[in-house]
Amino acid sequence: MTPLLSVQGITKRYGMHFGCADVSFDLYPGEVMGIVGESGSGKSTLLNCMAGHLPPDAGRVVFDTRTDGPRDTITMSEPERRMLGRTDWAFVHQHARDGLRMGVSAGGNVGERLMAVGERHYGNIRDKATDWLGRVEIDASRVDDRPTTFSGGMQQRLQIARNLVTGPRLVFMDEPTGGLDVSVQARLLDLLRGLVRDMGLSAIIVTHDLAVVRLLADRLMVMKSGRVVEAGLTDQVLDDPQHAYSQLLVSSVLQV
Amino acid sequence: MTEYNFAYLDEQTKRMIRRAILKGLAIPGYQVPFASREMPMPYGWGTGGVQVSAAVLTPQDRFKVIDQGADDTTNAVSIRAFFQRTAGVATTTSTGDATVIQTRHRIPEDTLSEGQILVYQVPIPEPLRFLEPRESETRKMHSLQEYGLMHVKLYEDISRHGHIATSYAYPVKVEGRYVMDPSPIPKFDNPKLGDMAAIQLFGAGREQRIYALPPYTQVVSLDFEDHPFEASKADHPCGMCAATDSYLDELIVDDAGGRMFVCSDTDYCEARQAAGHKGKDAA
Repeated sequence: MTPLLSVQGITKRYGMHFGCADVSFDLYPGEVMGIVGESGSGKSTLLNCMAGHLPPDAGRVVFDTRTDGPRDTITMSEPERRMLGRTDWAFVHQHARDGLRMGVSAGGNVGERLMAVGERHYGNIRDKATDWLGRVEIDASRVDDRPTTFSGGMQQRLQIARNLVTGPRLVFMDEPTGGLDVSVQARLLDLLRGLVRDMGLSAIIVTHDLAVVRLLADRLMVMKSGRVVEAGLTDQVLDDPQHAYSQLLVSSVLQV
Repeated sequence: MTEYNFAYLDEQTKRMIRRAILKGLAIPGYQVPFASREMPMPYGWGTGGVQVSAAVLTPQDRFKVIDQGADDTTNAVSIRAFFQRTAGVATTTSTGDATVIQTRHRIPEDTLSEGQILVYQVPIPEPLRFLEPRESETRKMHSLQEYGLMHVKLYEDISRHGHIATSYAYPVKVEGRYVMDPSPIPKFDNPKLGDMAAIQLFGAGREQRIYALPPYTQVVSLDFEDHPFEASKADHPCGMCAATDSYLDELIVDDAGGRMFVCSDTDYCEARQAAGHKGKDAA
């Protein structure tokens, strides 16, 4: 089986510091990978390198494209990479404001990716947008409201709808539940889990919240100072951490 | 007349602007940066159009200036006088007689012919500007043809107003490649942009951009399949010349709700009146 995404030796330096150093892993279709670590451990740098937002200093990110099979996304041309970013990839930002157009209605936000890939029928775009608002539990009557009038949890759900509308195969999530209160987090996680299972999505989730990876991730990587210190099945890593840092991380949480 | 170089600008500047114009003509719809000069008028009054006109004028030209279709408004009168004084060219108000027409926000009603040049004054040349404020990003979007955002604007129009409410500066796609802002002409004029016999040049002085449409260029107004583009105008005949095919201005004539509709193109209206057409409000 070809991995959907194969990350090989990704290294990113910031001057003398390592953002992330020599990270490699394979992600198979339908799999959810969690990346945990404290702030400054290089999680977000790694995610941005994989998603094409940051050029890594070394390494390959090979994605199994629909048309041409496995391709290195680092060396592919920018139009191709941006096309991938609009179709097969999705990126959920920690702050919904970074991922949404705040001056554009909810329907327009969801429809943007559809229009970007050539949909030119207003009725269809609107139907799909309304359908997706329903799937992320936003009332259809809010379709013409701007995200500025939405609560934090709704904005985050809207961002997810906007990203998933083109049926991507791989979703990058950067702290998707950060900054939300616990009950809203729980609902969002529930929703995400449903969507990931229903659509057979593969996802890479960066978080410092162990509850999130416990619920969503099949596999887990623990990062410290830019390096992967432990990797394995989620339950295995969380229930029987081997590396000293993983043990510290797990024991820092009251109850997982 | 002797105190100025022909058409105010020095020859090196005109040469630089001509190069930008030629590049613009070679890549229809592409915004060519140019070193815009300070002109003896404020930004927003047509500094871009004036520089383009200065670069294309020759002593044999007959020059016409219209402002919202009219030959007799402040802007039109001043720019016409400016070139009369600095270039000594002949001026006219007749669309057919002019060889260079500088325009603000209208395309003349009369069909233009080969050999004529239409110069537009452009306030904001970037059609994506209000959706994407970063210039670096809009340039990338143009170069990669990522124009989905333009439809987001039209989508917002329909969701808010039930139809595409953008009525001026309506975005167009040129030769299936560049999305272009046609300057704030009413969308009634959009169909005239395409397949025009005359050369169309666009100058934005403050934004330092020149772009162009060579003759007989394909220009398509953006729309949705189920909300097609429609060139709209006030549904009235002209009060002065009874024309039903021209773009109309609405005038408030008293404080009791009285109004009349007249052609915005004064030359077209006067020519029709001279030919004996008479509207219901004509004296």
